[in-house]
Amino acid sequence: MNIYQEELLDHYENPSNYGTLPDPDISHEEDNPLCGDQIRIDLLVEDDKIKEVRFCGHGCTISLAAASMLTERIEGKSLDEVKQLSKDDILDMIGIPLGPVRLKCALLALKVLKAGAYGITSWPGEDE
Amino acid sequence: MHTAHFRPLDVEGIRKDFPIFATAPPLAFLDNAASTQTPRPVVDAMDAYYDTYRSNIHRGIYRISEEATEQYERAREKVAQLINAPRSRQIIFTRNTTESINLVAYSWGSTNIREGDEIILTVMEHHSNLVPWQLLAQRTGAVLRFLEITDEGLLDFAQLRDCLTEKTKLVAMGHVSNVLGTINPIQSVIDAAHAVGAKVVVDAAQSVPHFHVDVQQLDCDFLAFSGHKMCGPTGIGVLYGKIELLEEMPPFLGGGSMIRSVERDVSSYAELPAKFEAGTPSIAEAIGLGHAVDYITQANLAAIHVHEQELLKYAHQRLKEIEGITLYGPSAPHQKTGVISFNLEGVHPHDIAGILDTHGVAIRAGHHCAQPLMKRLDVIATARASFYLYNTVEDVDRLYEGLCRTQKLMTRGK
Repeated sequence: MNIYQEELLDHYENPSNYGTLPDPDISHEEDNPLCGDQIRIDLLVEDDKIKEVRFCGHGCTISLAAASMLTERIEGKSLDEVKQLSKDDILDMIGIPLGPVRLKCALLALKVLKAGAYGITSWPGEDE
Repeated sequence: MHTAHFRPLDVEGIRKDFPIFATAPPLAFLDNAASTQTPRPVVDAMDAYYDTYRSNIHRGIYRISEEATEQYERAREKVAQLINAPRSRQIIFTRNTTESINLVAYSWGSTNIREGDEIILTVMEHHSNLVPWQLLAQRTGAVLRFLEITDEGLLDFAQLRDCLTEKTKLVAMGHVSNVLGTINPIQSVIDAAHAVGAKVVVDAAQSVPHFHVDVQQLDCDFLAFSGHKMCGPTGIGVLYGKIELLEEMPPFLGGGSMIRSVERDVSSYAELPAKFEAGTPSIAEAIGLGHAVDYITQANLAAIHVHEQELLKYAHQRLKEIEGITLYGPSAPHQKTGVISFNLEGVHPHDIAGILDTHGVAIRAGHHCAQPLMKRLDVIATARASFYLYNTVEDVDRLYEGLCRTQKLMTRGK
């Protein structure tokens, strides 16, 4: 299987919710020290729901496509629901097998989201 | 490097010594600046130790321990010969280049570096020749100064003359850049540093495997390299030092083997090299390294260098055909070793490496443990292909074809 399937490339080329919010309730940025990929996520929260989300940064196809997919997934969802998102949810969205190094690329956006919204600093799938 | 008489490399014969290339199509392994493959004679030598004379070295009063000691010390002699060290006890076995440099930074640094002293580095150092000096500077209050590179990727030698003063106590420099492949004018650097009384540490991790390095000719004070980048196993590295420096230096790690006598509160230390080899060392790995030295010496380092230069010229020529490619480092092959760092416009280096992997081409992508250099080049990361004695023109062709496919895939419809 080609690890660069169409859907990933579509998200990479035309990411959803790319950009920043002028006055976000939550804004958090982190990088992956392994490869220098960097992602920032801005959230607008209303009634404990994610009203608007934007992400920006730089990285490889996997990390940016995963961020794009994640933002689509969480918009309009409650903070409680979003907190339950796991490593496996991201892998299901990506839909291709990943080695340990690329796994971190895929999980970076979720890590940034969880650190910003809930103060969870570990990598998804490790001790949370 | 200008040796007139040598046999050209028998690359086909050499490849038969590496079982990893026996697949069809063969792996195009182009990550040799990170770690090289291990030939059968090296693995066989380590197997022979485990199968027939496995034992600890030095104080064993039985035959196989004597043999292990002999083989371990024989490896030291081979390494000494390789770099033309005057005496084999100037060869300290460590785990790798990183540990060798840390040994100097802790042991020599603790007695020779004081507040306000200056240590000169370059912006292209691998983290292994940067972080140990940062730690030393933090412990002592010494100051780090960095030499820049030109846009061509060459050392700004003129700046060295300005930086060198009576405050300079040490120059620590890579002989060859692991990212750009740039061969630094290390002889001139050493001569200039010695003129102001500074010592010089040479990070030779990327030079000793690829061309002949002579520590007496260079007159360097310390020189460090790793076994695993020269057909040897992981877990064994080398520190060479001038005898009078090594003898004056306090121990680095304390423990068994490095002592002469131990009392409750105080010990006296063993002679070189044992003083710096505390604990049971990597015995099989040292023996393996000795055989790796034999292997690359028999292949002939001058022939290896010429072979890599030919691959480099060919790769430069092919890769330049690709639209949107940026090559980093000197463009003249004689100024560099077989290392090519590059980027494809609009494609993240990790994607390049990921897609090439699906075509059986192994390259490295990332910051290559040289983040200050990435900043200087104004890139987040690069992709890097690096050659060794077993690589072929076909490997370069597969890299080229893989890059064309990568570009096509990543720029659909643009």
